[in-house]
Amino acid sequence: MTFQHYKQEVLALTMRWVRRLSREKFSMLFTLVQPMLFWLIFFGSLFQRAANIQILDAPNYMSFLAGGVVVMTVLNNGLAGGVDLLFDKENGFLERMMSTPIHRSSVILSRYLFVMAITGMQILVILSIAFVFGVRLETGLPGIAVILAIGMLFGVGLTAISMGIAFSVKSHGDFFSLLGFLSLPMIFLSSALVPLSAMPGWMQVVAMVNPMTWVIDAVRPLIITGWDAAIPQVALAFLILAIFDAVCLYGGAKAFRRAIG
Amino acid sequence: MMDPAVVIDVARLRKTFGPVTAIEDLSFTVHAGEIFGLLGPNGAGKSTTLRILITVLPPSAGTATVLGHDVVTEADTVRSLIGYVPQERAVDRFLTGREHLELLGGLYHLSRTETQARIAELLKLVDLEEHADRVAKTYSGGMKRKLDIACGLLPNPKIVFLDEPTLGLDVQSRLRIWDYIRRLREQGITIVMTTNYLEEADQLCDRLAIIDGGTIRVIGSPLELKTGLGGDSLALTIKDHETEKLPRLRDGVMALPLVRDVRINPTGLDVLVESPEKSLPAVIEVAQRLDCSLDGIEYHRPRLDDVFVAHTGHGLRGGTPDAAEE
Ligand SMILES: Nc1ncnc2c1ncn2[C@@H]1O[C@H](COP(=O)(O)OP(=O)(O)OP(=O)(O)O)[C@@H](O)[C@H]1O
Ligand SMILES: [Mg+2]
Repeated sequence: MTFQHYKQEVLALTMRWVRRLSREKFSMLFTLVQPMLFWLIFFGSLFQRAANIQILDAPNYMSFLAGGVVVMTVLNNGLAGGVDLLFDKENGFLERMMSTPIHRSSVILSRYLFVMAITGMQILVILSIAFVFGVRLETGLPGIAVILAIGMLFGVGLTAISMGIAFSVKSHGDFFSLLGFLSLPMIFLSSALVPLSAMPGWMQVVAMVNPMTWVIDAVRPLIITGWDAAIPQVALAFLILAIFDAVCLYGGAKAFRRAIG
Repeated sequence: MMDPAVVIDVARLRKTFGPVTAIEDLSFTVHAGEIFGLLGPNGAGKSTTLRILITVLPPSAGTATVLGHDVVTEADTVRSLIGYVPQERAVDRFLTGREHLELLGGLYHLSRTETQARIAELLKLVDLEEHADRVAKTYSGGMKRKLDIACGLLPNPKIVFLDEPTLGLDVQSRLRIWDYIRRLREQGITIVMTTNYLEEADQLCDRLAIIDGGTIRVIGSPLELKTGLGGDSLALTIKDHETEKLPRLRDGVMALPLVRDVRINPTGLDVLVESPEKSLPAVIEVAQRLDCSLDGIEYHRPRLDDVFVAHTGHGLRGGTPDAAEE
């Protein structure tokens, strides 16, 4: 096992995901456009008037929402990231890959790299659309780099959860049920759509233990406030994500080893 | 060290899935350059055995070595020496045939030029050159199977594992795949395959193990297995009104040198013989001498079906509840 070999495997496997995507152009377009269309534009316009700017602490609802939509995109992509491996497991393709002399982790790494490359592009699209709607990033281009870094770091844990589920469930029906069960509460019980201060007490408590909240609270000041407010939040988010990723990777690796041997 | 001719050594292998015992206690060896078959009905444990040998499934007990390497502790070495063709058509619908092979080239760490050379060679071997750049979802079942086989051969393996290589194929494709498999043997590649087609086992395998309910019932070459049943037999049918002469005829036939055993049945005699060519005239002569009028004589050479029934107590089809398909 040399690094050269590892690189070759990961590259070959990543190419497979890219080629598959290029065969599904319609799905690619839909994947890229869906989050900003649905959440940013619809929700942003829908709640613009209803939202109380004082509570939001933001110039308008769209700029408040942008950070939430960025993190939601990471969440959805990360959690769905394992599904293709689930199909591979079901139709025997995974077994074929596992019968080759590859390092067991390269399948997973390739999937992570691919999902995060797509997610990164989506984040850029979301921020561009927000820009068109008048949202100006207070921290500029370096802020975008930090947002991407936070997203990628959050993605590690989420992809690990997703693959953990993929390798544990009996069928892809179970996978999708579990996914829906996880992702909606994670969105609504976080600061994605409304600030914590606008939530009932019990919800605030739940939202506080939701890693989503901490990630969003780091991304949001990068967009609407500026570096001074953002830096402590970003540092805290990195710390929380380090713990979150470690826990998810541990669980994911266990599920993977149980399924693959 | 072990006998150099032994390339796979399986000892007391066992695999359970929770309450289900997929394989009970398997031991066998595979020799270099042979086509070794695992023949058995659905659910016999064939695929499970193969999965353990290709290192994707850990055994519950027992050991297996491939080319001298343990499938558990030296899995990575084993993987680099073997090729695998799974039972399901494990293809990615969105990739072309060529892209499948390129992917595997990367996974087996072949260089770019090596991969391209192998791909050209294999596409030719399995007759997929024309379809190499179409996505696999447009392939027919037989084309997918050929692609599967090409994928299994890409790493230029010393041993190829084929799980039901011709399941669900038409007669022509089946014959062609038999042909590929024989050609592989000519190149010195050892082949381990599973099948639940008797004919396939009989025609193709140098040696085979009949496996049923997770245990091996008998191992040998198809010929050995068939002669092990007692060799060839003659069935004499006697005219209806003369059946009372049967005991005398039996004694007369039994006295012949090449006859091993004789049994009376309602319409005549079953005679187990060593050589049908030599015993047939002698048997007819005895019948004439004893003034028995024969209705007919049938010559019967045991088939693998008979071997299967003799060792498992049931036919290959109908032995298990899910054997109704076909
Ligand atoms: N992953 C698994 N989990 C639970 N049981 C399994 C698993 N894989 C195989 N089995 C069981 O082990 C037994 C042997 O299965 P196996 O797939 O090895 O049979 P086979 O001889 O290949 O049959 P077929 O001709 O249908 O392919 C069956 O009873 C099967 O249900
Ligand atoms: Mg099988």
